[in-house]
Amino acid sequence: MHETYLWLATFAQTWGLVLFVLGFLLVIAYVFWPSKTRKKEFDDAANIPLKED
Amino acid sequence: MSTIQDPIRTPAKALRFGEAGLLVVFAAFAFFAIIVAAKAYTPAYAFHAYLFAAASIAAVFAIGNRYMARPAGPVPQVNADGKPNYNFDVVKFCTIAAVVWGIAGFLVGVIAALQLAFPVVNFDLPWISFGRLRPLHTSAVIFAFGGNVLIGTSFYVVQRTSHARLVGDLAPWFVVLGYNLFIVIAGTGYLLGITQGKEYAEPEWYADLFLTVVWVTYLLVFLGTILKRKEPHIYVANWFYLAFIITIAVLHLGNNASVPVSVFSPKSYILWSGVQDAMFQWWYGHNAVGFFLTAGFLALMYYFIPKRAERPVYSYRLSIVHFWALIFIYIWAGPHHLHYTSLPDWAQTLGMTFSIILWMPSWGGMINGLMTLSGAWDKLRTDPIIRMMVVAVAFYGMSTFEGPMMSVKAVNSLSHYTEWTIGHVHSGALGWVAYISFGAIYCMVPWLWNKREMYSLKAVNWHFWVSTLGIVLYISSMWVAGILQGLMWRAYTQLGFLEYSFIESVEAMHPLYVIRAIGGILFLSGALIMAWNVWKTITMPEAAAEQSLALAPAE
Amino acid sequence: MATQGTSIWSKHQIFEKHSYWLMLGILIVISIGGLVEIAPLFYLKSTIEKVEGMRPYTPLELAGRNIYVREGCYNCHSQQIRPLRDEVERYGHYSLAAESMYDHPFQWGSKRTGPDLARVGGKYSDLWQREHLHNPRAVVPASIMPSYPWLAQTKLDTKHLAADLKDLKLLGVPYTDEMIEKVQEDLKAQSTTDGDTSGLDKRYPKAQARDFDGNPGELTEADALIAYLQMLGTLVDFKLYDNQANVR
Repeated sequence: MHETYLWLATFAQTWGLVLFVLGFLLVIAYVFWPSKTRKKEFDDAANIPLKED
Repeated sequence: MSTIQDPIRTPAKALRFGEAGLLVVFAAFAFFAIIVAAKAYTPAYAFHAYLFAAASIAAVFAIGNRYMARPAGPVPQVNADGKPNYNFDVVKFCTIAAVVWGIAGFLVGVIAALQLAFPVVNFDLPWISFGRLRPLHTSAVIFAFGGNVLIGTSFYVVQRTSHARLVGDLAPWFVVLGYNLFIVIAGTGYLLGITQGKEYAEPEWYADLFLTVVWVTYLLVFLGTILKRKEPHIYVANWFYLAFIITIAVLHLGNNASVPVSVFSPKSYILWSGVQDAMFQWWYGHNAVGFFLTAGFLALMYYFIPKRAERPVYSYRLSIVHFWALIFIYIWAGPHHLHYTSLPDWAQTLGMTFSIILWMPSWGGMINGLMTLSGAWDKLRTDPIIRMMVVAVAFYGMSTFEGPMMSVKAVNSLSHYTEWTIGHVHSGALGWVAYISFGAIYCMVPWLWNKREMYSLKAVNWHFWVSTLGIVLYISSMWVAGILQGLMWRAYTQLGFLEYSFIESVEAMHPLYVIRAIGGILFLSGALIMAWNVWKTITMPEAAAEQSLALAPAE
Repeated sequence: MATQGTSIWSKHQIFEKHSYWLMLGILIVISIGGLVEIAPLFYLKSTIEKVEGMRPYTPLELAGRNIYVREGCYNCHSQQIRPLRDEVERYGHYSLAAESMYDHPFQWGSKRTGPDLARVGGKYSDLWQREHLHNPRAVVPASIMPSYPWLAQTKLDTKHLAADLKDLKLLGVPYTDEMIEKVQEDLKAQSTTDGDTSGLDKRYPKAQARDFDGNPGELTEADALIAYLQMLGTLVDFKLYDNQANVR
């Protein structure tokens, strides 16, 4: 139990952290990547608050 | 609708189902509460039972009066002009309540801060001694001020983005009035010594049960309104509101599972004990931060910043990733409040790991909020309301960087139990939660009361700068205090003895406590400026609005 | 990535357009973390150490603990010593999970505006505690703790204490029927100097019995609170505690 904990803790504080930062950058890059996937739908959805009623 | 009523087509006036049902329920509850009051174990509990009875009787009269005054037939869903007949009265109530409770909560905070700097301020009175006043402060700002902002704005946003009237006739009123009654019960309870002794979950079993009923009604009203929406798509702000409502319900039930000593006693004992209770408590406590103070207020960010800046949220795709990542990861972070305690190490490690990961969705959301202004950065200079909300998002980014850092065990061993935590909490509470709330209130008040703009944007500017100075004093003094405390506690002499006695660390806090109190007074002053401005806006004739708006073109 | 992305984004529509699916999705997503972190604490045997000496609170201690909770002492005092060198030297052996296993609710606290109290029992005399509660600055001039003069002036309400014990028994605290029956007897035995404490000692080993508040004529809230403070952290004998047997 104790060894597992140490291993996990070390991993989480070193490589785990690096991996997560990389993952974060990837996700950010991915969501901002210009793409046509459902672009119009999302643009419409984003404009919902701005529509007059 | 024509003004001349057609006698044949006008339906006979009758009690609606909800009206009749609630009349019976409230009358029965008043009767029950009076019996409980008569047999109560303590005078404080009897007082609460009478309060419930009085509120129920008032509700009976209010429903009766409303019935007499209202026209026959169902509530019209659209106005004469074809626009939805929005129910903004409840939103107005919450807005005013938020301003009032905010000032009360900040004031109690200032008093508590002064008590720590000058213990004589406790006045040797049980009702206002620090131990009872501190829960009053936290509950007043989080649940009374924050809660009214969240309920009010959620009822506003869900209607506007669904293009539909709130469902329910009396239900929305039950939610807002019931919630505020809960606040009164909770707050007076602390002063009278009624508490469960669990941080941020101090209200006793009967208040918790009542809140559960109110909260389920809240969920039903909110969900029902979404179901009636004219848009096929549910706007992202509503996801955050929904996550907030659902998760708070789950947390509330889990952390308040208690068995009362008797129905006539205010006292209950929590189902969990020791280490399990600690885990439940901080699962609750941290996610009160995560879902009440974060997810709920992110909904404000996703509606009011785009609306005020008149541009859509920067990346809708990011908001989807942000949403799921945030609510999935947040729930794990609780154990970082229990580092190095008797909680098993595996749970601590999980808590730490997820707290660090949490930095990512937090900053993802911050990027989305800030970048919404891209191409309109000049508004930061010209519009103090936008500035307030953008600074709120910046504070959010700062606190959500600091939080993961403090959750690292090595840092936490120094910061835990110290004023650093208090500083961290307030950079989030004052900088993020309060500022985004103030921004939303400044946006909403003119919209709700049909004015073109706040009475005085200059006063908004003053509010911003006075409060910001207050926040800076507050958090910097608490950082210094916390780190100083942590270092003094672990300082050793060359001979290997502890260098300072505990009381020496207390003495070292004094100047910092004074600075903190000054910061709090400045923040309170800012809120008073807001209250004055809100009052002037509501009461001003429309013509005055146009005059006060220097930027408005002549018409 | 694009094709995979397409399918994920289009599948996500179900949450954007159906509130029940959104609600279900939220419920599932927020349940996972809580379940993983909380549920094992109830069945992993290693969560709570095996120790000698833990017993439920005596009626007087329980009443004192309820006053501790009522006055919000946990806002400034922790009851949880971390296994760090300075804490162990300042406050004593680090806290064990077993030491709070009968605590409903736990009072570990989150802030040390004042010192930790997990092992305050026996550190100061009753007289010191009494004076300190009455006016902290009389014994510690730089203290910022509020004064609690009303405790020594308020008669302890013991009328319903048996109901409290019954409630706790229901929640799993090992109170016996005998303990519940003899609540008033044990209260009296623990709070007076001349009472017969044999029954109390049998039911609650290591219970300290005396007049705690210096006012033998009356059973006050100060009696109860001081009795609670004086027993904090004294139940487990750490000379006998085997640390290695409880490595987690």
